[in-house]
Amino acid sequence: MEMKKTSLNNLHKDNQAKFVEFAGYEMPIQYSKGIIEEHKFTRLHSGIFDVSHMGQLFIYGDDSLTEELEKIFPLDLKNLKQNSSKYSFLMNEDAGIYDDLIITKIEEGYLIILNAACKDKDFEILFNLLGTKFKMNLDNNRSLIAIQGPKSVEILNSIINGVDQLHFMSGNWFNVDNQKLFITRSGYTGEDGFEISISNDIAEKFVQNLIRKGAQLIGLGARDTLRMEAGLCLYGHELDINKTPIEANLKWAISKSRLSNGGFIGSEKIMNLLQDGANQVRVGIKPEGRLIAREKTKIFNDTESQIGEITSGTFGPSVNGPIAMGYVDKEFSKVDTKVLLEVRGKKYPANICALPFYKKNYVKGAN
Amino acid sequence: MSEVKFSKEHEWITLEGDVATIGITKHATEMLGDIVFAELPEKGSNVEKDGTAGVVESTKAASDVYTPISGEVVDTNQAIVDDPSKINEDPEGSAWFFKLKMKDQSEMDSLMNKEEYDKFAKESAS
Repeated sequence: MEMKKTSLNNLHKDNQAKFVEFAGYEMPIQYSKGIIEEHKFTRLHSGIFDVSHMGQLFIYGDDSLTEELEKIFPLDLKNLKQNSSKYSFLMNEDAGIYDDLIITKIEEGYLIILNAACKDKDFEILFNLLGTKFKMNLDNNRSLIAIQGPKSVEILNSIINGVDQLHFMSGNWFNVDNQKLFITRSGYTGEDGFEISISNDIAEKFVQNLIRKGAQLIGLGARDTLRMEAGLCLYGHELDINKTPIEANLKWAISKSRLSNGGFIGSEKIMNLLQDGANQVRVGIKPEGRLIAREKTKIFNDTESQIGEITSGTFGPSVNGPIAMGYVDKEFSKVDTKVLLEVRGKKYPANICALPFYKKNYVKGAN
Repeated sequence: MSEVKFSKEHEWITLEGDVATIGITKHATEMLGDIVFAELPEKGSNVEKDGTAGVVESTKAASDVYTPISGEVVDTNQAIVDDPSKINEDPEGSAWFFKLKMKDQSEMDSLMNKEEYDKFAKESAS
């Protein structure tokens, strides 16, 4: 099957992208400077990420939509202000995670940003739950561009005046060339930044403008090292249908009122897990020395019985050392617990550590 | 020093007497991307032609390093273990991987010269 392309595909080629297949899309893993340079440039300046492969699901409706969505998501959507965003997940009855997502209340309803590999199934699940009462549009006519890093606010504001007024995890509509862009102050790198939903036909021109102002294109390779340093989960690695938000250490993303009242899909299981405690929990892991422990690496305790498994591991360019995340039995999840990692048949020492590996620079004013 | 020879696994090798110096090619480093970890064979160990003799890891993935000939490991380059980015900077020079006391000169015969390797690398990349 031919790979799908985003509206920036030609621009990636012009910038010497190396491509990989990701969730059926031809996506840039890196450009000519390489992952480490791209990673550091994002932390110091401003990186542009094509995340157009992600799903942009618009669901239109009034208060009754809010009520229906509260039966699905563990969020207090009634009290969510218009243009405010929340990180959440779509779960099954066992609180297994179908997808993690960002949901924003907009004037006409909700905008939900979904993972590329999950978006079609998510649509099906939500459509089956919501029925035909609400108009749902998984919008393929819009691209999604992230701009991340400390200089991003200055660069974007010089093109679209007013974006500097956005608070973290909130958004608004802005006009460019008589087209409506929805911009949120958010991202997945541990840096201040924005995500821009923009019509496909003006996306390339818009990104070229960002490049002229000093931002640079960054590939999925650096996006992965950046999110790992920030201690953020990636679906298919830290999260899947066999993991619950409690095990994944994402209890903070469940609205407090919903923790006591329940009434969302998976709420019973969540309550049970909170009462009895999860057997395994997501932790940060730092191998000693330079050893890199990748996904599926087995984690052992001192007595050499297996206590868990790595879900993501790489070299963190800003941390300047190897980093990893994984799940371990709860009794071994305390910070500074010594563990062993089995790599290429040998066991190497590592330590459980706090997340994130790299301190966040999000702008203040979160609500 | 002898002419540089190359293997299909993208190693280079030079001979000085019966001691061979082995590293990975510039082409290999370009394919791998930023190298962030290197593991070398132990000094005094014996390695067999086409067997694994180390590991390099980029930000993306781990790759085995093979030895193009058999022999006893007589020296290893600790500098690239301490700072693997040196491999990207000077792969066919100061960032050599290990030195072998050669066991069988005839194993050199099947290796490629520079011209043959460049052609091979170009074809295998496309």
